Amino acid sequence: MTPFKSHRGIIATLDRENVDTDQIIPKQFLKSIKRTGYGESLFFDWRYLPDGKHDPQFELNAPKFKGTTILVTRNNFGCGSSREHAVWALVQYGFKTIIAPRKEAIPAFADIFRNNSGKNGLLTIELKPEEVDEIFQMVARQPKAEMTINLEEQRVTLHLPEEISFHFEIDKVVKEHLVKGLDEIGLSLQKEAAIGRYETQSNAQAFWK
Amino acid sequence: MPKTLFDKIWESHVVHTESSGSTLLYIDRHLIHEVTSPQAFEGLRLTHRKVRRPDLTFATMDHNVPTEDRFNIKDPISRAQIEALEQNCRDFGIKLYDLKSTQQGIVHVIGPELGLTLPGTTIVCGDSHTSTHGAFGALAFGIGTSEVEHVLATQCLVQKRPKTFQVEFTGQLPKGVRSKDLILKLIGQIGTAGATGHVLEYTGPAIRALSMEARMTVCNMSIEAGAKAGLIAPDDTTVQYLTGREFVPKAKQFDQSALYWKSLVSDPGASYDRTLTINASELAPQVTWGTNPGMVMDVTGVIPAPDKVPGISVRDAERAMEYMGLKPGTKIEDIAIDTVFIGSCTNSRIEDLRAAAQIFKDKKVNTKVRTLIVPGSQQVKRQAESEGLDKIFRAAGADWRESGCSMCLAMNPDQLQPEERCASTSNRNFEGRQGKGGRTHLVSPEMAAAAAIAGHFVDIRKWL
Repeated sequence: MTPFKSHRGIIATLDRENVDTDQIIPKQFLKSIKRTGYGESLFFDWRYLPDGKHDPQFELNAPKFKGTTILVTRNNFGCGSSREHAVWALVQYGFKTIIAPRKEAIPAFADIFRNNSGKNGLLTIELKPEEVDEIFQMVARQPKAEMTINLEEQRVTLHLPEEISFHFEIDKVVKEHLVKGLDEIGLSLQKEAAIGRYETQSNAQAFWK
Repeated sequence: MPKTLFDKIWESHVVHTESSGSTLLYIDRHLIHEVTSPQAFEGLRLTHRKVRRPDLTFATMDHNVPTEDRFNIKDPISRAQIEALEQNCRDFGIKLYDLKSTQQGIVHVIGPELGLTLPGTTIVCGDSHTSTHGAFGALAFGIGTSEVEHVLATQCLVQKRPKTFQVEFTGQLPKGVRSKDLILKLIGQIGTAGATGHVLEYTGPAIRALSMEARMTVCNMSIEAGAKAGLIAPDDTTVQYLTGREFVPKAKQFDQSALYWKSLVSDPGASYDRTLTINASELAPQVTWGTNPGMVMDVTGVIPAPDKVPGISVRDAERAMEYMGLKPGTKIEDIAIDTVFIGSCTNSRIEDLRAAAQIFKDKKVNTKVRTLIVPGSQQVKRQAESEGLDKIFRAAGADWRESGCSMCLAMNPDQLQPEERCASTSNRNFEGRQGKGGRTHLVSPEMAAAAAIAGHFVDIRKWL
């Protein structure tokens, strides 16, 4: 996995809550046995008209968002199906980071989606609702607004004529994996002896193993 | 300290815990299917890694499978995905229940049927509805393809301990109200992210009274509330269901296992991070009206004004109503449907089919309605046919099909056309889920059957 330390890019906004993985990548694109080629199909049903042209009504098709690498959206992004194809599509479209707000007790991202993102170098950042609102307002006022994400310092900075920064929290294990670009399977395989010991012990206890 | 059922299963599967709290958790059963596994096997090949425990890994094909003429998969991309699974299972020595198998079916239907799903175990699958298996008191959850590869290589997963959330259902379900209504009501109440980061444990007399099939429906849809998993403590109903199944221990070992299984309950006084109580006696049949399972109401309800939908923004409510072609003020019972789908990992088991057959008996499907009834597995299909249920469905004018995921997610020929409106026993009413532009209303099997006959939603309680 490519290490993620910091990134500067153009912000795009998608003002919808509960964006499910069926919308991020519809089912017909899950038939591929490859890991590549999903970027063109991202948000397929929203992005394209029946004749295959871009739907001008869809937010991400706006010219001001061309070349975007940072998606700012609403609560519960990535809910629904466990399909990792959703993350592959976002990454292959060019996104490096997704930002969404916590909503009272509800985390910004669905669990499986957030897990899948971390394994593919896609950084998910949870901010406070008022901070996300502020980003939405700034981007509406200033087309091609840019942002720098500094993962090591856990800070996002909006580059307007002035600079506005927000701190974010992140699980330290996820952060370490992203910053160092670690291979999780390789790390777990270093614990093979412990896995073997567990198997020997539990085999003695359970009949069905 | 008193422990919850979740604590007990979690703690008995910890291989190693880092100082950060990150835990290497052992996985007892890994179920795989054709859609989310090919890239994981490719990853193993590229890194020259092996499958650590092919004996704990079980595969079937379900998402792409046609429910008519199943050996003739016309879509070459679907066929390639099925063939890739066959090849991967051959190369890595994994047991595959393929289309020729008399035990093939939806992965979450065959796991329990075969006795692969056992209390106190950890079960994962690259599919969000893996939560189904929690009905047996197994910690079961969906994972992505990178995690599928991780489990194949290590038989473990790196996990952070989730929180716990107890939902107690007091009272008893009234006549005509099913476990599907119970779980839809909960999702409507807490929202589609209401349990994110938590493992739900369902308790209370209304849960104890449910059959294993009905419990599976409840746990299946835990993910629709955002939960990592759903759990129901094992009891006599669980032990009875498991008796005699292929992968369940036999004879004396069964008796000893059963004692252990029945010890898997939350201790009195065990504390949960959150709790909620719902009185099951007050529930009515549920119908979803929007584009996620939390947009749901009683069958007696009326589509609200977009600014009167609790917990949902006006814009999202308006967008959902526009997609669904519904106007505020419309009664649920006045909504006409043109398609009915009875099937999916939520409601395709024998009990679901028996319940639907009771409604279809001596009645006719409305001439404007296309009705698909799709058993969850070949075993369910044979059982239904031995009871004559297929004859009841056919006599009513419904289509009786072969086992598979079918119209739940439209990766196979069973799909909705744009603006077709379906009463469906599946689990997701997301935009385009059953076919681009298709409109899905989630309901119980009885409610779906009644809608097929009437041509619109009806309050099934009036028919009983």
